Amino acid sequence: MGTEASAAGVFSAAVRPVTLSVNGADRELRIAPWTTLLDGLREYLGLTGTKKGCDHGQCGACTVLVDGVRINSCLTLAVMHEGATIRTIEGIGAEGALHPLQQAFIDHDAFQCGYCTPGQICSATGLIAEGRARTPEEIRELMSGNLCRCGAYPNIVAAIEHAMRVAETAP
Amino acid sequence: MNRFEYARASDVAEAVRARAADASARFIAGGTNLIDLMKENVARPTRLIDINHLPLRGIEDTDAGGVRIGALATNTAVAYDARIEARYPLLSSAILAGASPQLRNAATTGGNLLQRTRCYYFYDTGTPCNKREPGTGCPAIAGVNRIHAILGASENCIATHPSDMCVALAALAATVRVTGPSGEREIAFADFHRLPGDTPERDTNLGEDELITAIDLPPEGFASNYSYLKLRDRLSYAFALVSVAAALTFDGDTIREARLALGGVAHKPWRDTAAEAALAGKPANRATFETAAAALLADARGYSGNAFKIELARRAIVRALSQAAAGTPQVQTDKRVR
Ligand SMILES: Cc1cc2nc3c(=O)[nH]c(=O)nc-3n(C[C@H](O)[C@H](O)[C@H](O)COP(=O)(O)OP(=O)(O)OC[C@H]3O[C@@H](n4cnc5c(N)ncnc54)[C@H](O)[C@@H]3O)c2cc1C
Ligand code: SF4
Ligand code: FES
Ligand code: FES
Repeated sequence: MGTEASAAGVFSAAVRPVTLSVNGADRELRIAPWTTLLDGLREYLGLTGTKKGCDHGQCGACTVLVDGVRINSCLTLAVMHEGATIRTIEGIGAEGALHPLQQAFIDHDAFQCGYCTPGQICSATGLIAEGRARTPEEIRELMSGNLCRCGAYPNIVAAIEHAMRVAETAP
Repeated sequence: MNRFEYARASDVAEAVRARAADASARFIAGGTNLIDLMKENVARPTRLIDINHLPLRGIEDTDAGGVRIGALATNTAVAYDARIEARYPLLSSAILAGASPQLRNAATTGGNLLQRTRCYYFYDTGTPCNKREPGTGCPAIAGVNRIHAILGASENCIATHPSDMCVALAALAATVRVTGPSGEREIAFADFHRLPGDTPERDTNLGEDELITAIDLPPEGFASNYSYLKLRDRLSYAFALVSVAAALTFDGDTIREARLALGGVAHKPWRDTAAEAALAGKPANRATFETAAAALLADARGYSGNAFKIELARRAIVRALSQAAAGTPQVQTDKRVR
């Protein structure tokens, strides 16, 4: 077994460096293995845009994109993602240069308290990239992993439908 | 969450060795069930063996004319795989009826088989539970049991297996491929999950030190006449109260072969070969379907909170078989039941 393989196979509970590319920049976290990706982003990188709702995979508030794919960051460990590319709400748009989804959420009044919104927008970014939703029914079903306790669902679906059309007609 | 040691396995043999060396080590794949249980202190592994770097993500044709799904293929990858969609749409449909897109993106095929029950008491370390702590009792039997079993339960445990994917795999008669310290073996799907009996702590017949490497699907995929009907408390992102995987082939108007498996009703995906036999050779009509449903539910037993499931299951079986026969399978995006 080569050095690299045996290094990979060594069990340890120690705090270790984990490198992630987060919103376009390489970031090194020094974390214990039991730190979830969600806690790593919020507590170690100060990226508090990603929300902790239930911490059990039941609400979608913690949705981020890992290597372009939307997942719940509360049910995965940061150490499992060494070298991965992570996109959080902080990497979706910028002040003065909102992402079309962010603009659509404002235009359609697609939130009340806003707590679910970062997760909704990251999830919708994944949904649009997947390209499997066409109809409002399909948007509703494929956004069902994001709960909104304020019940802004009709406007959330309308905002995503609008942003999806903008994405389709974009040059 | 308890403190644990973590390492990444780089090949199957290394992963199996690490598991055999420490009885309280666990493999971690998507993590969507294990991390949840660790946060509740229901699972307290001393070591996590990260198997995500093992070469088990592929979906490929087998020499036998079927398809092999790698244990690490995600639920999303399987559900939308062109071959699975075309040849085994029942499997795609069942997977897409489960969890949410985010969870399906992380969840793996192997992990889905080994997900544990959603029994409230199992999750609550402040209560007794024979599955979590053998010998402490089963508070669900005289307690809150809306989501519990109506078939195959024992006086020790009335929990259900929560998977949707596994109900389709049971109906399709898949095979589970596993590797342990002494080599590879195959387990027929019907023999993979267990009934609770007097050992409810054991969900499956997988050895403590065995790794699931793949699922093999046989050539027959019932692609023309199938339905996966899932009934639950809300239309999406909820576990089944009752689900039915129905699949048929025909000789003219006569049913040649039938497959019928239920989810949400037992400690394992509940395939009933006697009910299937009651369908074979019969015309595909309501009377035939009612007879099969009655056969499947003959020994069903309800508890204080879940007796409604018996009638719900009867109707769901008839409906799913009707949908399968008509070639109008339940659509997982448009939830209207036709
Ligand atoms: C809110 C929520 C809703 C859900 N709804 C549904 C639903 O409606 N329907 C449904 O079917 N499922 C549902 N799920 C469950 C989900 O499908 C499972 O959590 C998932 O399939 C588990 O896969 P995983 O790869 O994440 O497993 P992990 O959590 O990584 O592992 C689970 C178990 O399997 C073991 N394991 C994993 N891979 C292997 C292997 N290759 N060999 C041996 N052992 C292995 C692990 O050691 C662990 O004990 C839901 C989950 C959540 C959190
Ligand atoms: S039904 Fe099974 S899992 Fe639930 S409390 Fe009883 S023994 Fe535990
Ligand atoms: S915080 Fe992750 S799903 Fe609720
Ligand atoms: S806007 Fe309040 S939870 Fe969605």
